[in-house]
This record gives sequence, structure tokens and C-alpha cells, in this order.
Amino acid sequence: MELIINGVPNEFAEPLTLQELLILKNLAGQPMVIELNQTIIKRELWNDTKLKNGDQLELLRFVGGG
Amino acid sequence: MSFYELLKKYEPAELQNYLNNSSSQIEKIIPKLTLTELEFLTLLSPKATPFLELMAQNAYLLSLHHFGRNILLYTPLYLADYCVNQCVYCGFNTTNQRKRRQLTLEEVRAEAAAISQTGLKHLLILTGESRKHSSVDYIRDCVKILKEYFTSISIEIYPLETDEYAKLIESGVDGLTIYQEVYHQPTYLELHPAGPKRDYRYRLETPERAAQAGIRTINIGALLGLADWRTEAFYTGLHAQYLLNKFPEIELSLSFPRMRPHSGGYEPTSPVSDQALVQIMLAMRLFLPRAGITISTRESATFRNHLLKLGVTKMSAGSSTVVGGHIDDNSENTGQFEIADQRSVAEIQAAIIKQGYKPIFKDWHPLEDFS
Amino acid sequence: MEDQLIIGGTKLNSRLFLGTGKFASYEQIPAAVAASGAQVVTVALRRVDFETPGENMLEYLPEGTVIMPNTSGARNAAEAVRIARIARESGCGNWIKIEVISDQKYLLPDNQETIEATKILAAEGFIVLPYMCPDLMAAKRMVEAGAAAIMPLGAPIGTNRGLKTEELIKILIAEIELPVIVDAGIGRPSEAATAIELGAAAVLVNTAVATADQPVLMAEAFGEAVRAGRKAFLAGLGGTQTFASASSPLTGFLRSE
Repeated sequence: MELIINGVPNEFAEPLTLQELLILKNLAGQPMVIELNQTIIKRELWNDTKLKNGDQLELLRFVGGG
Repeated sequence: MSFYELLKKYEPAELQNYLNNSSSQIEKIIPKLTLTELEFLTLLSPKATPFLELMAQNAYLLSLHHFGRNILLYTPLYLADYCVNQCVYCGFNTTNQRKRRQLTLEEVRAEAAAISQTGLKHLLILTGESRKHSSVDYIRDCVKILKEYFTSISIEIYPLETDEYAKLIESGVDGLTIYQEVYHQPTYLELHPAGPKRDYRYRLETPERAAQAGIRTINIGALLGLADWRTEAFYTGLHAQYLLNKFPEIELSLSFPRMRPHSGGYEPTSPVSDQALVQIMLAMRLFLPRAGITISTRESATFRNHLLKLGVTKMSAGSSTVVGGHIDDNSENTGQFEIADQRSVAEIQAAIIKQGYKPIFKDWHPLEDFS
Repeated sequence: MEDQLIIGGTKLNSRLFLGTGKFASYEQIPAAVAASGAQVVTVALRRVDFETPGENMLEYLPEGTVIMPNTSGARNAAEAVRIARIARESGCGNWIKIEVISDQKYLLPDNQETIEATKILAAEGFIVLPYMCPDLMAAKRMVEAGAAAIMPLGAPIGTNRGLKTEELIKILIAEIELPVIVDAGIGRPSEAATAIELGAAAVLVNTAVATADQPVLMAEAFGEAVRAGRKAFLAGLGGTQTFASASSPLTGFLRSE
């Protein structure tokens, strides 16, 4: 299936949860906010959120800013 | 917050106490860009009097920067002197036995023709308060005729409802002059013992009703001589600032009418000296740098000449306070009050030019008229 | 003497807000925040970069710091609202600096869109601090829209040019009852002091500190300048004489009568 992550299309094998995706991307345990199709997914739900073809993900985190 | 509620914040006794005991330094207040309400009050206090020259220099430059060397000329036109009110200080007082008159529409046209001979384009029309004689419809009919002769028509009539203002604006009125007369409410009630004008708050909120109806200019003031001038001037300034904040699109100006002799014979209880009038005018200019200042022919020619540079933006000329005064030299009617500056429009024009200022006859032209 | 700035119910003792962008490393930030005394610190939200390992910048902020995320990157009200909601969801409070920039040449804020975003976010319970071009009418509309303070720029962002908009900011201070916080453009501590002397409630500084040779020392300098400016404001500045003396008296006629 294809997932659009931060604007870039990527191919992944199904089935896949949000938490599994983070492990694949070496991002597990890092502080961030995730939007799935413009809806914020709370951290508690990452394990149970199944991804499907065409999903758009935004992975965001705080950085320095003025 | 309504202005009525805002006024309650400043009890007269507290103001007097502040006027006499404030420790703030006048010379520090004068050059400030924006003055607080209490700083404005301080400029009206007795301790500011020695600083009038410094205030004048600042007021002169502020006025020059904001208005240039322009003095707008206008003249009043009295349509009728029927009145149901009993203002104890006014010649039109209903209990004052006198011959009353209302101009017919033909007479209005004749007055308009006579006034426009002088070149004036800004007109202020006045009536007493009588919905029976001077109805809104009558005033509207007059305005329609006057619009053929003048580019700007202001009204100084009894307070109206918002929709009535809208009706007059529709017919060509662009300015409102309304004096609260006295801001100090107990004195107001004393001087207006009967008639619709006794409703203090209704009168106080009149400029807001006109603004809501879309009026372009508003001129307010207190009739000086009826109550303590320092606090009355303070309340006037507050009123102006309130209106400017609430209706930033309004062109606001102030008048400082002093009581003049009139046929009723009421003597002012709190006379205002020339020096006091100058102090009021200067404090007002420093507090409200962009507000217009109107000085009428209630003041003498010499005094008006001196005031010119202190921040005046508008002057009346060739005035008569008599109904029909421009068409009927031998009228048996007396005016609302005596005129002090008897000069003709041409003479006033020449005096203004002599001081390096420019008399303005036509200040603006409503865009609608071009369509 | 208690002289606190209260914004959205939070009492602040420091009138310096510090931005955290452009620092050479996050390690400098806690020291700079401490040296400046700032209690409100801005941060931004960005997409995770998969190539560089993530660092949680929030961990560098001292305990008790009020975190004010900005909506940088937003080009319109809708994007600003979206960023604000994400920021709040991440659990660092409900303050938000609205920054909507639709002009990529000068990076000037878009007041119209900012007013829109302020309206929406204030209604959702955010403590909204809109960054704006100093325009009185726009500021009044932001007040009506529910802003907790307004943040006019002193000069275009990142320019360190100082209080170029001073005359307009003076008008905002005089006319707007909410705290006026000068954001952007302040390049020197003396300019921060000037803004506070004029009556600004606070200043927000970032580039001037982050790009100094010694950011921590500069942060301290800004902290002191803001405190000095506030003391001067409270003490009441001495009057300056606009006119030395009257060349031709204007009120002489009163005495001759």
C-alpha cells in the first residue's frame, strides 16, 4: 500500500499500525504529534491505529522558533 | 460602556479635589503625544494657568500640522423659533412671551439665495424644539431646497431618533451640532424644568444615534456659564473621546459657546473669562489633536482674531440668530442671543487672510452628487 | 513592589519573551532563558526530518516556562488554526502566537488572516497572541476577536533594525487596552528598553540573542534592559521641552486686557 508521509509517498506492506510504522522508521519513542488525514491521533491510540492505502500522515515535532 | 456610565466614574466632587490638589507637573504633560484623562483634567486646573503660553505654542503647532492654515466658514440659518422647552437661559424659552415665526419654503429659498450671495457653502440650520411646527418632514423639505445652494448642511435642532436622522441624511444633511448644554446632571435638571429636553440621558446619547444613522460630522459642546467650566470642559472632552473611539469614522468638532445676553435675561452663574476660554480651547487641542474647534460669532471680532492661531478650524460668519434675519431687516422678532462679531462675511474673510490663513467656503462635496 | 504582567490569567514577572529559533545548538537555550529571566518562550512545529535523529527541544526549557508555540509556516487563517490545534494536542498548554505570513519577500504578517484565526482560536479557548503589522484598525479587530495581547512588529522579522514602527506602536499603546508586546525587529537591548519605556507591556526577542557572538550574555543584557525600561516607565519620564521659548507670544492679548 502507499502512504503519504510528510508529503512524500512511500510503499509499505500491509497490515501496519501507526506504532509499527514508527518502529520501521526508527522514530519509536520520540516526542512528536501525528496527524492522520488531518485528524490528530493521540499517542495512546498509535498501537491500535491501522493504516490503509492512501493515508496521509503528518509527523510533527517542536523545534526552536521565534 | 455607555457614556452615561462612563461619566459616573468622575464624580464632580472628586474632580474638584483633583483639580485643586493634583501634583502632576504641567510642563511634562504639555508636550506628550497622548494625554490620559487625568492629564487633560490637570491642564484645565488652576495650576495650568501660568503655562498658557507654553500650551498655546504646542496647540498652535499641533493645529498647524493637522489642519494647515485653513479656516472653514459657515453660517447659521434659523428656520423657526417655536419651542416647547423651558431652558431658563434661552431666548426661545416657551414661557418667554414673544412673537414666533417659522419660515415658509419660499422664505427658506429667499434666505438661501441671500446667504449664498456671500459665497458661503456650509450651512447650519436651526430650529427650536417643536415637533408640531418644525417636524422632521418640514426640515427635510427645507433641506431639499437648501441643497440647491449649499454643499454641506448641518442641523442644530431637537434630538431625533436614529431613523429620523437617517431620513434627514438621505435628504442631504451631513452634520449634526448638539450641545449637552450642561453635563453636570443636577444643574441640567435645574435649568430644564420642563419639556422633552429635561431627559438628560436622551440628549446625551443623541450624537450616537446620529452616528449610527451615518452622519458625517458631529459638533458637541457645553454652554459655558451654566456650571463650573473646568469640569464641564472635562466632560465635553471625555464625550468627544468616547465618540471618537466608538465611531472612528466621524469627523468630530467642539464648540465652546459662552452665554450671551438674550431676551430671557438669565444671568450666567459661572461666568467664563477670556482667559478661561483660552485655557479650555488649548487643553482640548492638546487632548484631542485632531478634533475640529468651532468659534462662533458669540465671540467678539478682536477676540476671534486672537484665537485663530490657537487651534480654531471653523468659524461662523455673517450670522443672524433671528428667524428670517437675512431677508427681513426690520423683523419684529428677536434672535436667540446677541451676536458679538457683527462683521460681514467679506470682512471676516479679509481678517483671516491678514493673519496668513485661508478662509474655506467649500470643504467637501459628497461623492453621491457626482453620480 | 509588585508589577506583574497578566496575560490570559497567568502572572508574569518578566517582560521579556524569548524566541528559541536560530540558536547554534539547543544546549544554549536553557542558559539563555535563565540568563534573560524570560518566563514565556516561543517554539515552532515542524515536520519530522527522517534523516536526522530527533531531539526534543521542549526538554531544554526550564520547568515552569510558559511555552508559546507559534504558527509559523501558516499562509492563511485555516493553516494557522490547524497548527494551533496540533500544538495544543501535543500537551504544552493553550498559548498560541498566531503568525500568518502570506508574503515571502518581506515576511510581513497578514493582518486580515490573523484576525480570522484569532477569532476561531479564541473561541476554542486558546490564549491568543497575534503577531501583526502595527495597524490600529486591525488591532481593534483583534481585540474584538478575543486576543489576549497584540504583538506588533518593530521592524521586519529577523532584520535587527529596531523600532522602525515606533510612531504606530505608540498609537497602539495609547489606544489598545490589551498588553502591547513588540515582536520582531528589536536588535539591541537599548531598543528593547525604549519599547518598554514607551509603555509596551513586553518585548519578544529572538534573532538578536540567538545570533549574538555570546547568546547567553546577550540574553542577560536584554533581561536587564527590559527591567530598566520598565522601571523608567513606572518612574515617569521627565518631560522634554518641545519649544525652547515662545518666539512670538500667542497669549499676550490676555494680559493686555
